[in-house]
Amino acid sequence: METREIDKIIARYNADPQEIMAMFMEIQDKEGYLPKSALSYLADKLHLRLAQLYRLATFYEAFNLKPQGDHQIHVCMGTACHVRGAPQVLDKLQQTLGITAGEVSSDGSFGLKTVNCLGACALGPVVVIDGEYCGHSSPLKMEKILKKYKKHT
Amino acid sequence: MPVERGDSPFVGKLKSAADLEKLKLTILSERDPGKPCITVCMGTGCHAYENEKVFAALEKEIESRGLSKKVELRGTGCHGFCEQGPIVVVFPEEIFYCRVKPEDAAEILSSTISENKVIERLLFKDPLTGRKFTHESEIPFYRYQKRVVFGRNKSIDPKNIDDYIAEGGYQTLAKALVSLTPEEVIREIKRANLRGRGGGGFPAGEKWETTRRAPGEKKYVIVNADEGDPGAYMDRSLLEGNPHLVLEGLILGAYAIRADEGFVYVRQEYPLAVENITLAVKKAEEYGLLGENILGTDFCFKVKIRRGAGAFVSGESSALMSSLEGKVGEPRPKHINTAISGLWGKPSNLNNVETWANVPLIIDRGWEWYSGIGTENNTGTKIFSLVGKVNNTGLIEVPLGTSLRTIIYQIGGGIPGGKKFKAVQTGGPSGGCIPEKFLDMPVDFDSLGELGSMMGSGGMIVMDENSCMVDVARYFMSFLKSESCGKCTSCREGTGLMYDILDRITAGRGSKEDLERLEELAWTTGNTSMCALGKTAANPVLSTLKYFRQEYLAHILDKKCPAGVCKALIRYTIDPEKCTACGRCIRLCPQQAIRGEKDKPAVIDSDRCVRCGICREACRFEAVLVE
Repeated sequence: METREIDKIIARYNADPQEIMAMFMEIQDKEGYLPKSALSYLADKLHLRLAQLYRLATFYEAFNLKPQGDHQIHVCMGTACHVRGAPQVLDKLQQTLGITAGEVSSDGSFGLKTVNCLGACALGPVVVIDGEYCGHSSPLKMEKILKKYKKHT
Repeated sequence: MPVERGDSPFVGKLKSAADLEKLKLTILSERDPGKPCITVCMGTGCHAYENEKVFAALEKEIESRGLSKKVELRGTGCHGFCEQGPIVVVFPEEIFYCRVKPEDAAEILSSTISENKVIERLLFKDPLTGRKFTHESEIPFYRYQKRVVFGRNKSIDPKNIDDYIAEGGYQTLAKALVSLTPEEVIREIKRANLRGRGGGGFPAGEKWETTRRAPGEKKYVIVNADEGDPGAYMDRSLLEGNPHLVLEGLILGAYAIRADEGFVYVRQEYPLAVENITLAVKKAEEYGLLGENILGTDFCFKVKIRRGAGAFVSGESSALMSSLEGKVGEPRPKHINTAISGLWGKPSNLNNVETWANVPLIIDRGWEWYSGIGTENNTGTKIFSLVGKVNNTGLIEVPLGTSLRTIIYQIGGGIPGGKKFKAVQTGGPSGGCIPEKFLDMPVDFDSLGELGSMMGSGGMIVMDENSCMVDVARYFMSFLKSESCGKCTSCREGTGLMYDILDRITAGRGSKEDLERLEELAWTTGNTSMCALGKTAANPVLSTLKYFRQEYLAHILDKKCPAGVCKALIRYTIDPEKCTACGRCIRLCPQQAIRGEKDKPAVIDSDRCVRCGICREACRFEAVLVE
């Protein structure tokens, strides 16, 4: 990410350190993760310690410190999804992609994450791929959907 | 064009209560109540069922028939009956269509709008009786509810402030600013006995008074929309579906407390809620309902939106304030009351979304009306998210004190597939599992606590005979273990150790002593942690141990999972009687663990099988069994 772009983000929040999370979100929206260079630059500009920024970035679930895959898969692990079979859906995805939740597939095409609850419980188990909701998901459905996305890449 | 209703003809700030009244009358005079209006639920549940395509198809049909001036199309807030989405309601007759597809748009226009005919196929069919219903209010799911807070979601476009104003919105604020002192507003809330809907149940009026009386000029009011309990999404739907109601409540609170600045802290996982409340704040500012000299009075108040970044513990009031300050969202010691020293050390009053949404109703209709709903110490209604193994999944609103049985059976329509009810989990990770024998208990702040659970923010997850209670306890402990911020040793280590034991039991490696160890750890964690996360962390374990001990013993002594969930203790087999040798499971098994020959039932090789469940899902003859 170019420093010029980070400067713009900082300016948008008046260089207010209280808005640091909003700045993180904007950087992540653009890059898919928080690059080290961007965090260092941000720390410098806001006169904060880099360690402080890392503490925040690792405390909150939403921030990634590594590049994410081309397609982002989020598996809801909320209670309603759990009792309707979310663990089997996650197992299936992990098995097929050969990675565990939190990792990116070796070819970089898929990133897999679990989320605590998406608040779409009536559709459980829910999987969200690149922002598209896939309700009433199942191991079998996942196989078909992955195939569809693989074709796209 | 009536479809794009985000912009209103009115520009400029309202300078008085009379201005607001005039605006309302203008909006109403331009609207014909007899004009057909097709509403599409734009909530997240329906969104996942592609409501946008349905909306676009209706829009296109209206246009191509040249009906743009005669028929209104409106995207509304969540109706709550998420299981049946996308939901389309045709006004003024209020014909309720569910599971609508884009292909149905043409028929809705040609039959219902042009010929006033009801389309049978799109009506809701009761799964129990097979009866069909034309109007929303007749459907059992709605009939037993009392939707005072949630009710207006269905008729309001959350992106259009005029819709809210047309229904009398912000009139309560205007009334309060002109004719009530801040003390009188607080007195009304206290008399109504409004208790915090986020789960704590603390009287909101008392909290307001503490903040109001706290020394210092600068004060804050905060909306907690960091809805973190898995299985609960009431706050999301309110913020998405009727953001101005929450905002009006917040402004009333700010007036009563004499705060000049407010925050809405909303999870970034709720993008539509962020969008709608942000727009609502912007519109309210334009209309002079927020900002300097609200409605021409000397009351000034501004609101900022902040997105939470997904930390469960940050939903705790002091942790949330830390997070608002741009710090790590960890709880602070409780001897410092946030009402006196909260955000940046200033007196701060934090309430949950639903609590704020109740405020305009109480000030509008009075405490006598409000305390007539519910029971003596539990007044008003509560919104619950009724989810899991229940027929009518969705959001419901009932008077406090309604029994679990009414909620699960009359509103929820019972358990799907003729399965047997096992437990209902309330109160999120801090709550517990309630067995069948207590189904007649009233649901309120106090009763569920006696059963070792709690009402919490309103998640209600129904479980049937196929849900394993040890697995559920393990699930919650895994959640709490990763969400514990680690500040208190007892919570950090206690949740981890309890998880290890539960994991061992579900893997078939548990011993009887483990149960005693669990109880001991539960006591220590609960009694020596600082915030509610640790204090209540043991509830899912203790309540399942109390009511479902037999199930724990089956895992430990017989090495069996009676519900057929715990992978290490189950085995997939094929019923040779039912198997038709179609070969589908053989083709789909990712492990090549199923063998079969022509015209002979398939056989699963247990050693290769990873118990992924694909064969069971794929089998069209229910021939795959779990032992």
